[in-house]
Amino acid sequence: MRPLLELTGATVRFGADAALDRVDFRLFPGEVHSLMGENGAGKSTLIKAITGALPLDEGELRLEGDHVAFASPHEAQAAGISTVYQEIEVLPNLSVAENICLGREPRRGGVISTRLMQARAREILLDLGLDIDPASMLGQHSVAVQQLVAIARAISTDVRILVLDEPTSSLDLDEVGELFRVIRDLKSRGVAILFVSHFLDQVYEICDRVTVLRDGAFVGEYLTTELLRIDLVQKMLGRDVADLKERDHPDDAGPEAAVVLRARGVTARHGIADADVDLGEGEVLGVAGLLGSGRTSLARALTGVTRTDAGTISVEGEDVHLDSPRRGMALGIVYSSEDRRRDGIVAELSVLDNITLALQSERGVLRQIPAARRRELAASWVEALDIRPPDLDRPAGTLSGGNQQKVLLARLLALSPRVLVLDEPTRGIDVGAKVEIQNLVGELADNGMSVIFISAELEEVLRVGDRVAVVRDGRIVRTAPAGLLTADSLLALVAQPDEDGE
Amino acid sequence: MRSIWRHRLFWPVVALLTLIAVNSIARPNFIKLRVRDGELFGAIITILRDSAPLMLVALGMTIVIATRGIDLSVGAIMAVSGAVALTIIDGSDDPGNLATVLIAVVVAILVSMVLGVWNGFLVSVLGIQPIIATLVLMLAGRGVALLITGGFITTVNSEPFSYIATGYLFVLPFAFFISVAAITVIGLVERRTALGVLTEAVGINPEASRLAGVRSRGIIWGAYIVSGTLAGLAGILYASNIRAADANAAGVFIELYAILAVVLGGTSLNGGKFSIAGTVIGVLIIQTLDSTILFLGVPSAQSPVFFAVVVVVVVVVQSPRIRNALGRMSRSRKPKAAVAAAVVEDKQKAEVGR
Amino acid sequence: MTAMATRTESRESGPSFLQTFVSRHGSMMPTFAAVAILLVLFVGAEIFLRGDFITPRNISALLLDNAYLLVLAVGMTFVILTGGIDLSVGSVMAFSGILGAKLLAEGVPAFVAVPAMLLGGAAIGLMIGILVQYFNVQPFIASLAGLFLGRGLAYVVSLSSIKVEEPGILWLQSTRIRLGDWYITPTGLIALGAVAVAAFVLHLTRFGRTIYAIGGSEQSARLMGLKVARAKVMAYVISGLCGGLAGLVLTAYSGAGYPRNGIGTELDAIAAVVIGGTILTGGRGYVIGSMIGVFVYGTIKTIISFMGAEQSWMQIIVGALLLLFIVVQRAIVARSEGRR
Repeated sequence: MRPLLELTGATVRFGADAALDRVDFRLFPGEVHSLMGENGAGKSTLIKAITGALPLDEGELRLEGDHVAFASPHEAQAAGISTVYQEIEVLPNLSVAENICLGREPRRGGVISTRLMQARAREILLDLGLDIDPASMLGQHSVAVQQLVAIARAISTDVRILVLDEPTSSLDLDEVGELFRVIRDLKSRGVAILFVSHFLDQVYEICDRVTVLRDGAFVGEYLTTELLRIDLVQKMLGRDVADLKERDHPDDAGPEAAVVLRARGVTARHGIADADVDLGEGEVLGVAGLLGSGRTSLARALTGVTRTDAGTISVEGEDVHLDSPRRGMALGIVYSSEDRRRDGIVAELSVLDNITLALQSERGVLRQIPAARRRELAASWVEALDIRPPDLDRPAGTLSGGNQQKVLLARLLALSPRVLVLDEPTRGIDVGAKVEIQNLVGELADNGMSVIFISAELEEVLRVGDRVAVVRDGRIVRTAPAGLLTADSLLALVAQPDEDGE
Repeated sequence: MRSIWRHRLFWPVVALLTLIAVNSIARPNFIKLRVRDGELFGAIITILRDSAPLMLVALGMTIVIATRGIDLSVGAIMAVSGAVALTIIDGSDDPGNLATVLIAVVVAILVSMVLGVWNGFLVSVLGIQPIIATLVLMLAGRGVALLITGGFITTVNSEPFSYIATGYLFVLPFAFFISVAAITVIGLVERRTALGVLTEAVGINPEASRLAGVRSRGIIWGAYIVSGTLAGLAGILYASNIRAADANAAGVFIELYAILAVVLGGTSLNGGKFSIAGTVIGVLIIQTLDSTILFLGVPSAQSPVFFAVVVVVVVVVQSPRIRNALGRMSRSRKPKAAVAAAVVEDKQKAEVGR
Repeated sequence: MTAMATRTESRESGPSFLQTFVSRHGSMMPTFAAVAILLVLFVGAEIFLRGDFITPRNISALLLDNAYLLVLAVGMTFVILTGGIDLSVGSVMAFSGILGAKLLAEGVPAFVAVPAMLLGGAAIGLMIGILVQYFNVQPFIASLAGLFLGRGLAYVVSLSSIKVEEPGILWLQSTRIRLGDWYITPTGLIALGAVAVAAFVLHLTRFGRTIYAIGGSEQSARLMGLKVARAKVMAYVISGLCGGLAGLVLTAYSGAGYPRNGIGTELDAIAAVVIGGTILTGGRGYVIGSMIGVFVYGTIKTIISFMGAEQSWMQIIVGALLLLFIVVQRAIVARSEGRR
C-alpha cells in the first residue's frame, strides 16, 4: 500500500539547533499512527512541518506521492489535513457553531446563514456525542468541551489526514471513550490519523503503528502489536552512553541524615497530588517520570513557583509558606526550570548580568554588588563551570543550550542554596556538558547541598540520585534507594500501567 | 573602528551631528554664541533650554518603556502640575515670595507623584495593560487641571517662578541645569544601583525574572512613579515659561514626542535594554529638528508631517522584517544579528506555542 | 458514558430562558450596562431638570451634535475588536475636513471633493495597517505616526479655517427631515447608516467574523486558516475611511474646515467604544454598543451644559466611566482565565 503522506529527511532548524534532524515519517490511509517521544524530541515540530505551520529547512513532503510544500495551515487544510493542536486553539469569544464553521460558514448570497451554520454544527457535535447549544459562547464551556469542539472543527471538513496533538490531556475517561469511537469511525472511512499522546494506555488501545523520536532524530517505526510497552519507553528515553563518575551511594536507604526539606500531601491542581518528599542533607533525590507525569508540577510546588492547593512543606523542621520563588530563595530553595529559554535565561542580558541576577535581587535594588566584585564572582563561576565562550559580556541568548544551563546553574549556586531543584537540566544539551552537569551535582551533594534532580533519562537518574522517586499520573508511586533499582526495574515503574486496579 | 559604528548610539549620534552640521552651514548664526550681561545666548542655548520639559518626560518614559510599559498620561500630569503650582501662587498674598513658590512647586510635584502612584497601581497591581491604564488619566487629567484653575488660564507675575524656566545660573539657563540634574540622577540611580539591570530583566523576560526572585511589581510601580514625578517637574517648567497654567495646551502631544525620543535613542518599545544617553540624544534630535523646521520657514503647525516621516522610518528600520533582511546581508555583524534573529524566532515560537 | 448521559439529561430538563440567553449573549452584558447607564442619565436629568430634558428636540440634537463622533466610533470599533487601537482618527478627520473645504473653495465639484476626502482618510488607515501587519509595529505607535501625519497634512492644506459655501455639503446639515418635533438630518442618517452597514458586515460576513476571531486569538484565527492579514489591514483602512467620512460630517456641521478640529477626539472615540462594551483587548463588543457609548458621551455633555457646570467635568466623568469599564472588563477576563 502506498502511504498517504510521506516525509523524508525532514530537518527544521531554530538558529543553530536542529529541532528536527533528518526524520522520516509515513502515514497510511485508514490507520491510527502515534508519534512518541519525550520533551524536545521534535513531535510538535514534526506536526507543524506536516500542517504547514513551519517550513522545512531540508527534506521532502509527499502527499499521495506528489511533492507538496504548504506555505500556511490554510493550504494544508485545503489539501485535507486537519489539525487539533495541543494548546487548544479555539476562540472563546465566539459561538460553538462559529468555532466549528469559521472560514467555511454556509452562506446565502454572500451573507452568513446563522441558522444553517448552527444546524450543521449541531449535527457534527451529535456525531461526537456532545449535545450542547451551538449558539452558546465557547468560553462558557469547560476545557474538555472546548477540546471536543476543536476536534469537531477538524472533522467537519472533507478530512483525509487528522492530526490530534495530545487531544486527551483534558478529557475524562468517558470523553476519551467517545473520542476513540469517533476515531475508529473515521479510520473505517479511510482517514489517516496521527495521534500524539503521552498516555501509553491510550496509545496501545487506539494506535496501529508508532514512530519514535528522540532529541529531534528518528528512532524507528514499529507496529504497536509487535512492540512491548517497556521497549517503547526505552526507545523514547534512550540509553545514556556517556561516561560518568560513579557516585558512591550510601548503602542504607532513607535520609537519616538531617532532613532539610520535608513535604507532606503536597497537591497542586492538574499536576501533582498528595506527594510526600523527604530530602536529606547532602542527598540527591532523583525524580523519574514521563512527560506529563507530574514531575514538573512537583518541582514547582516544592519551590514556591506555583502555589500548592494542599499539603505542608517544612524546611529543617519548620513549616514554611512558599508563595513565591522569592520566598523559596530566602529559605535557600531554588528552582531551575526545564524550559531555559522561556523561564530561565534573560536572553538579551549579558552572561554577567544573568549570573548575578538572583543574588542581586536577593540583596535588594539599592545594595548593588560592586562592579569589580560582580565580575570576579561571575568570572569564577564561568571558570568553575567551564562556560564557553568565557565572555562575560556576551548576551546569554547567544550561548549553546548546555552553556545556558550552566549560566542558570551559576545564577542559582551564587545564592549558596540549601536545596537545589533541577528540572531536566540535561535536556537537549550535548553529551560533554551533560556529563559535566551530572558530575557537578555529585560534587555539590558531597559538599552538603541537597538536590532534587529530575530527568527523563532513567540511567541518569539512577546514577546521579541517591534515592529515586518515581512519578506517574500525578502521584509519587515509589521512592527507593538507587542501589535497589536497575534501569529495567525503573523502566517498569515509569511505564507500567496501574495494575492494582485503582 | 568597527566597534564604534556597531555601537548602538552610533546612528543617533550621527543623526544629531548631521542635523547640527546642516544647520551650521545653512545658517552660521546657529553655532554662534553671544554673551550679554554675563549670560550666553544663541540657537544652541535655546535648544538646550527649550528641550528641558521634553527631556524630563522622556527620561521617565524611558524607564517605563524598559519595563514593557508606556505612559500616555504625562501630558495630562504636566497640566495638573502647572495648575496646582499656579493656583497656590495665585492664591497667596505674595506671589513673588520665594517660599511661596517653593511650597507651590513641592506640592505640585507631590501631586504628580501621587498620579504616578495611581498609574503604577493600575498596571502593576491590577494588571491592566499600560496603554489602557494610563489612557484613563490622559483623559481625566486635563479635566482635573481645568477644574483646579476653574476653567481659566491662570496667569501669575512671580519673579522666582519665572526664573525656573527663563532665568540664568552662572552663564547658562537654569532650565538646562534642571535637565542635567535629572539626567545625572536618573543615570546614577539606574547604573549605580541594581535598578537598571533589574528593570531590563523584568522588561525582557518577566517570568524568568520572577523565577530569579526579582520583585517585578515594585520595579514596575516605581517606573510609573518616576515618570509621573518627572512629568510634574516638566509641567512646572512649562508653566514657568509661559507664566501661566493653560490646562488645555500644557504638554499636548508631549507623550508622543517623548516616545519618539526614546525610540530614536535606540530603546526598543518591546522593553528591556534601555539607554539614558540614547534618550538624551533623541530629545536633542527632536528639538534640533524642530528648530530646523522653523528655520526653514515651515509653519510649526506643519512640523508633525516631518515627525510622522521620522516615526515611520525609525519603526520600519527597527522592525524584525527589515532586521532579519539586514542580518542576512551583513555577515560581519553576525553576533548581534544572531541575537536579534534568535529573539525574534523565540517570540514567534512563543506565539506559535501559545 | 455516564458524563455524557448526565449532561444530556440536564439539558433536556430544560435550561431556563435566562440560562440560554446568558450562555449565548453573555458578552452583551457590558453593552446592556451602557444602556442602563444611558437610561439612568436620561431619567436622572429629567427629574433633576424638572421635565425639560427628554424632549424630541434634545434627543434629536443628540444625534445631530454627535454624528461625527458616531462615525469615528464605528471605525474605531473595527480596530479595537482586532485588539488594536487607532489614535489617528481625530487628525484624519481634521485633514479630511480641511482638504474637502479647500478643494471646494477652489471650485472642485463636490462629487470629486467628497471621494477625495474619503480616500485621503482611507490612505492614512492603509499606511497604519501595513505598518501594523507587515512591519510588526505596535498599533499604538503606527497610528501615532498616522496622527502626526494627519495633523501635519491638515496644516499643510491650510493654516486657517476655510468656509464651505457648496450647497450640496451644507444641505447635509441644514435639511431637517421632520416627524412632529422629532427631526433628523442627512448627517445623522449618514452616521446611522454607518452603524447599520458596520453591524451587517461584522455579524454576517466572513470578513466581519474574522475581525472577531483575530481579537479572540490571532494565532488561533491563523491556524484556522482565516485571512488574518487582509482583515487586520482592512480594519485600519475602515477606521481611516470613517475618519474621512467624519471629516465630511463635521465640515457640514460646522460649515467650515478647520485644521485644529478634533484634537483629542480619538480619546473620546475610544472612550465611547469602551463604554459601549467593547473590550480593549479585542474580540468582544458590538458596534451598536459603540453607538450607545456615543449617546452616553453626548448625554453627559448635554447635561453638563444644561446644568451650567464646567465642561472640564466632562473629561473627568468620561475618564471615570472608562476606568470603571476597564476594571470590570479586567475582572471578567481574569475570571474567564481562571476557568481555563
